Amino acid sequence: MFSADRWYEVLSTLGRNPLRSILTALAIAWGIFMLVLLLGMGRGLRNGTEKAFADDAANSVWIFGGSTSQPHAGLPVNRRIVFDNGAYDALRGVDGVDKLTGRFFARGAMWGNELQTRVGAKVSSFDVRSVHPDHQHLEKTIVVAGRFLNDRDLAEKRKVTVIGEPVAEFLWGHTDVIGQTLAISGVSFTVVGVFTDEGDAGELRKLYIPITTAQLAFNGADRVNMLMFTVGDKGVGETAALVEEVKALLAERERFHPADPQAARIRNNLEQYATFQEIFWILELIIGGLGALALVAGIVGVSNIMIVAVNERTREIGVRKALGATPTTIVGTILQESLFLTTVAGYLGLVAGVALLEVVSSLVPASEYFANPQVDLQVALIANGVLIAAGAVAGFFPALTAARLSPVVAMREGA
Amino acid sequence: MWRQDGRLYGGSGPGSALGLARSVLRLNAINKYYQVGSHRLHVLRDVDAEIEDGELVSIMGASGSGKSTLLNILGILDRYDGGEYWLGDTLVRDLSETQAARYRNRFIGFVFQSFNLLPFKTALENVALPLYYQGVSRRARNRTAMQYLERVGLAEWAEHRPNELSGGQKQRVAIARALIGKPKIILADEPTGALDSATSLQIMDLLGEIHASGMTVIVVTHEAEIAARTQRVIRLRDGKIEAAA
Ligand SMILES: Nc1ncnc2c1ncn2[C@@H]1O[C@H](COP(=O)(O)OP(=O)(O)O)[C@@H](O)[C@H]1O
Ligand SMILES: [Mg+2]
Repeated sequence: MFSADRWYEVLSTLGRNPLRSILTALAIAWGIFMLVLLLGMGRGLRNGTEKAFADDAANSVWIFGGSTSQPHAGLPVNRRIVFDNGAYDALRGVDGVDKLTGRFFARGAMWGNELQTRVGAKVSSFDVRSVHPDHQHLEKTIVVAGRFLNDRDLAEKRKVTVIGEPVAEFLWGHTDVIGQTLAISGVSFTVVGVFTDEGDAGELRKLYIPITTAQLAFNGADRVNMLMFTVGDKGVGETAALVEEVKALLAERERFHPADPQAARIRNNLEQYATFQEIFWILELIIGGLGALALVAGIVGVSNIMIVAVNERTREIGVRKALGATPTTIVGTILQESLFLTTVAGYLGLVAGVALLEVVSSLVPASEYFANPQVDLQVALIANGVLIAAGAVAGFFPALTAARLSPVVAMREGA
Repeated sequence: MWRQDGRLYGGSGPGSALGLARSVLRLNAINKYYQVGSHRLHVLRDVDAEIEDGELVSIMGASGSGKSTLLNILGILDRYDGGEYWLGDTLVRDLSETQAARYRNRFIGFVFQSFNLLPFKTALENVALPLYYQGVSRRARNRTAMQYLERVGLAEWAEHRPNELSGGQKQRVAIARALIGKPKIILADEPTGALDSATSLQIMDLLGEIHASGMTVIVVTHEAEIAARTQRVIRLRDGKIEAAA
């Protein structure tokens, strides 16, 4: 069916009206170009967001102490809630809490915990995090040398620290620093581990020390400013229930109203992640829909132009039928024309779209909102299938028109 | 005297059956209507006709008498509403489009008043077209087409397009195209209608030669001069056959 002869016929037909063939091709090329571009951009948006979440465990819940906004049990409003080691122990016992850590803020707030860090003459301020061993799982900290903090460090309130690679580079000029000592706010700590992190560079300019050591060294008593835990592979609903349970437990311990939204501020990352995923899924759907519309416009364009072409060729088709062209041959030739035009044009659009995405990708730095816009193999394959379908759909009505032509009527036309 | 009895047509394929019948085609009480708005136009009324193998026949009649309609039915380009049309010993009725196309391609060569050459194809390509639909390779069909162009005296015009040819030349190309598929019957609808009288005579001579080579030729015309050059005249008036001349 797809013989060299047929190809000759198809190409010479398309070549008879080159301008029209090119315009038709442009319609399809543009449609595919837009589809690829929009899908790629959508993917870029999602990649950016997933990058933002890659830093932390997505299935985690963070709880900060706040201030009461409702009076409860005879206690006034605006009472500051600060958790303690007891709260940590209490959460340990809650079924469903997987990895659990507290954080102690040496300066009382989440930000501004930079402490002076010194080795000999090298001095700088770094963020020092006072945590439990499970913290490693919550921040997805990757230990590249030595080890992370462990339970014995905490039990014995050891003065040990795990430091980010840039910190080691800054203080010693290299990262082979296990066993070295440094001073944090004048207190001497031994390096037991060096880490890296998938998040941005800021996540690396940090030092981890045992929370118990920090409480002792920096007048922390048994305060725990923040609690973080993961929920394993629980779904969004189960996690929400678990968060309620934990909140009720904390409310009872710290004597605030369980429904007080200000007393304990809770960030449910899983819920956020799920929401983000949903938003991006919808966004990609909308973007894909827009791309598909552009493509449909292209298909309708090709179909229209080909119907015009078939009408112009009414007489020719009539003559061909009189000479023995079967409907199958006529339909086949027209479909082949359409398929050829759409696939060639479509691939041009596909290549142009991918090329532009590559340019965008290399010019726009990856950020939390946009990273690595791309067309993966799957999208390329879908586009490929869409192209062929588009060609068939675009050729269908013109072919049907041609097949139904009566040779007598066709040849009478304009005779 | 014109007849060459016992002449054998292409020995194989569905066409061989045609050679067995003495009459190459036979019409029994053919009726044809056209629906024009709410009105039903009776274009052919009980047309009976029998044309023998190797005859040169003309169909005459005034404009609108149904000549083209009859020829289109003979050429399986159009359907009829009543009666029987036998092509050889095949009843031509309710054929699928595909079957009709095959019969046209194998058994019938058309010559039209308006030539109906494809304007963007060369004379050679136009002549070769029926062989394309027979699945003959480009090289083979171009070679054959060249032979047929030679036969109609247009070999040196092979690479020219129709708009570079005179009316007479165009009709010769069309005749070569009608012949190339080695059909049983040549159907010509007013083949000289668009030509001056000198050229008309040349074309009629050519059709005479074709007939002399043993082919059945049916020519529709309203010119008595043309009809006079045929063996037999079938006269149509208002869709009815008049008594044979
Ligand atoms: N497709 C058609 N629809 C309606 N009427 C038609 C059609 N073709 C032909 N006719 C009518 O049928 C009659 C015979 O036409 P035709 O066979 O072309 O005559 P001729 O060839 O003898 O001039 C005419 O009245 C013509 O108007
Ligand atoms: Mg007529």
